[in-house]
Amino acid sequence: MSYIKKPVARHPSLRPNALGLTIRDYEGSMSTLCAGCGHDSITAAIVRALYELDVPPHMLAKLSGIGCSSKTPTYFVSGAHGFNSAHGRMPAIATGANAANRALLYIGVSGDGDSLSIGLGQMVHAMRRNLRMLYVIENNGVYGLTKGQFSASSDIGSKSKRGEANTQPPIDPVMLALDIGATYVARSFSGDKAQLVPILKGALRHNGFALVDVISPCVTFNDHEGSTKSYLYTRKHQLPIVQADFVPPAAEIRAEYAPGTVHEVRMHDGSTLQLHKVGPDYDPTDRRAAWSFLSERQRSGEIPTGLLYLDESGSDMHAAAKTVSRPLAQMPFEELCPGEAALRKLQDAYR
Amino acid sequence: MKTKVNDFAFKLANVNGTGSASANGLLMQAIFRMGIPVSGKNLFPSNIQGLPTWYEIRVNKDGHTARTSEYDLMVAMNAETFARDVKEVRSGGWVLYDSTKPLDKALVRPDVTFLGVPYAKLCGEAWTDDRQRTLMKNICYVGTLAALLGIDMEVVSGMLDEKFSRKPALLESNHKAIEIGRRYALENLPCPLPLRLEKMDATRDAILIDGNTAAALGCVYAGATVAAWYPITPSTSVMDGFKSFCERYRLDKATGERKYCIVQAEDELAAIGMVIGASWMGARSFTSTSGPGISLMNELIGLAYYAEIPAVIVDVQRVGPSTGMPTRTQQGDILLCAYASHGDTKHIVLFPSDPNECFQFAVKSFDLAERFQTPVFMLTDLDIGMNDWVVPRLEWDDTYRPDRGRVLSREDLEKMPKFYRYSPEDELGVAARTLPGVHARGAFFTRGSGHNKLGGYTEIPDEYQEVVDRLRRKHDAAKEHVPAPVFVERPGAAVGVVTLGGCDRAVREALERLDARGVRADFMRVRGFPFGKAVEDFLREHEVVFVVEQNRDAQLRSLLVLETEAPKEKLRSVLAYGGFPLQANQVVDGIMKQLRTGADA
Repeated sequence: MSYIKKPVARHPSLRPNALGLTIRDYEGSMSTLCAGCGHDSITAAIVRALYELDVPPHMLAKLSGIGCSSKTPTYFVSGAHGFNSAHGRMPAIATGANAANRALLYIGVSGDGDSLSIGLGQMVHAMRRNLRMLYVIENNGVYGLTKGQFSASSDIGSKSKRGEANTQPPIDPVMLALDIGATYVARSFSGDKAQLVPILKGALRHNGFALVDVISPCVTFNDHEGSTKSYLYTRKHQLPIVQADFVPPAAEIRAEYAPGTVHEVRMHDGSTLQLHKVGPDYDPTDRRAAWSFLSERQRSGEIPTGLLYLDESGSDMHAAAKTVSRPLAQMPFEELCPGEAALRKLQDAYR
Repeated sequence: MKTKVNDFAFKLANVNGTGSASANGLLMQAIFRMGIPVSGKNLFPSNIQGLPTWYEIRVNKDGHTARTSEYDLMVAMNAETFARDVKEVRSGGWVLYDSTKPLDKALVRPDVTFLGVPYAKLCGEAWTDDRQRTLMKNICYVGTLAALLGIDMEVVSGMLDEKFSRKPALLESNHKAIEIGRRYALENLPCPLPLRLEKMDATRDAILIDGNTAAALGCVYAGATVAAWYPITPSTSVMDGFKSFCERYRLDKATGERKYCIVQAEDELAAIGMVIGASWMGARSFTSTSGPGISLMNELIGLAYYAEIPAVIVDVQRVGPSTGMPTRTQQGDILLCAYASHGDTKHIVLFPSDPNECFQFAVKSFDLAERFQTPVFMLTDLDIGMNDWVVPRLEWDDTYRPDRGRVLSREDLEKMPKFYRYSPEDELGVAARTLPGVHARGAFFTRGSGHNKLGGYTEIPDEYQEVVDRLRRKHDAAKEHVPAPVFVERPGAAVGVVTLGGCDRAVREALERLDARGVRADFMRVRGFPFGKAVEDFLREHEVVFVVEQNRDAQLRSLLVLETEAPKEKLRSVLAYGGFPLQANQVVDGIMKQLRTGADA
């Protein structure tokens, strides 16, 4: 509850990261979501990923739209600026913010209503621009705050709490992202932290738009029998395809794997993502093959998870716009204003 | 007939997409270079090619260059509209037409002189390429008009040389076309007409520029770095201008990289979102749009207002409602902008009257947006934005530094035990803000949901009201910070006349005419909202006040009624809202009619 102050407990065994910060320094205020909400597990995974990546809190910007998911940026990294914007409009705010200050790390947290209905247009355009950000969809197939309406990610036949069956086909953010050209596409499950944390770390180091769709069951409105977004259903149908391991730049890669089972991708900051094929034969760097494989598996009722597609070679919005490497927001005025003499000269052309 | 020297108007009727725009622009620029006060109004269709389009040029030695529909001469180059174009010329005037085909007797007016030049035939003989024949017909009539009106040929030739210095083939054919049209006129027409252009010295310190270009330049000078927009007529050339000025002034000398970022958004909802995001980061950021875009932006304008994030929005108004008439002018977004978004919202709105003020007010908009941490609208219109105006040269003071308002630095934050976003407030009702990426102590959660003065989420009535009451005080405090009204006072004036924006020139001219008829009126042009003391005083000091504006619903009058102490009864409306720029005679007629009715009553 928000009016209860979160107790500050510092266990002596809490290990500081390279910045001397413990995992507690990456937490936020107490969650006001329902007990058992999948979103809180995702928050914990984000906290863990940021702590392990040694991210200075003030160099993070966390944004959201409206909905249960969009409340969660309050629950991590109190030392980061946050922006709880309007329903479906977070991608635009993030785009402008990133345009003005490219030095920060951007996390957008959204939900299936926020991203797949009211904000669908903005989300795909952020993908299209390859905006450098981690974009998390906390996907529960339901509108929670307005008490249980189907969302655009609800599967056909999935039942509401009252027993009504959904009749419209779902919009699948992963398939959409592959189609639009997103350069980092992952799906995970809020109940699978071991899979989720490295995916988030890779996404935070990705040089472009990273979509992480996380099935995150709603314990109040969509965790019953007949729902295809419940804990039980997701556990039963989850099909892990690729397990990602994040290796920071300086670290030595120790483990050895049988040839053909690991795919290594160098990230732009020098870190490495090792992608282990834990499922059937699958190439996470082949967009078309990924698309066909996933669409086939999903048709048969499975929920393929893991880091499903990665292309680290693309250029982000700034590269395409050829902006200077310094943040525009910090550019001194003297460098921006052409001055009186230039104005006088210019106006000779308006005679 | 008495010769009219530097005081007449003519209209050119063309077909859209035939190159008439450059011919007409050439004419207007030549007159400007002859030192004569001039205006050009492009009355164009929402179309790329084929529909009728008109251009009006008015010259007036006294500087009255508002639109007028009293045409002394019609250049009727469009067969489709010929009949109605002929009807519009004043009695005793002239019609210049293409006499390749014989004139339809039914269209001839006995009180008008028809001047025929066989343009199609002449150009057909001179050029072989069809497209060139069409284009050169327009340049040809420039030559004819030069002979008929006494346009300085040296000026015209000089302009062609400048314009086509890198395209020798075009330069040659343009010179040739001008000469064909001129020679034919000299040999066959009664040159010169008693409509005469004579060199003056009234435009030496002036430039010829459109408001969108000037606004864009203002944004560059203000230090704007992030611009987000969605294409919409008539504002598109604001961003075209911003882009080309940035390409000229904002490239890193060493690397060629850009010190700006322009994002063409997916729609206006996103465009304003990007501006808000960039401003949140501390960049000066703006969008340019028109009424339909403002409608879409309403949602996030409320967010910026409530979360107190600066934003600059340039609204180049066009005719509404709905799609309306995209290529016609109106002042129909006054109330929309003043109160944009749901809930209690009020905004700062600036009303420039011409391109010179577009430049100045663009800069001012950023200063106000950052000082008051709120969205600021600069409300222009199609007439100001897209037509070329003769205005005083733009001036810049190199000692200018942006007013960034209250922003805490890293050092400030180091010294503070704790930071709260929305308190304490200063005398303007403004609290200090922090920028992301500066210091963890400055971190807070920006939100459009209910918040208290510490920035925390709230649903408690007192806490909510405390914040929105301060927002109200903040808006009130902006009164004396927006540009002050301008006045023209006449001793013994009985009535007051209030106007705004692009009505300025027509109203000033109208008041001179009224003065000549014994009706003296004081003039006030408001330049910003909220209204300050000077506006209140003017309304109080005049028993009857006419409010002249270009919309159906008397929006400025409504705003004055709502936001000043003036009693509703004394504010009377003079309205023109058909989509063409305001004319002095509309103002004179509107005022005289009501004065007469008042006298009868």
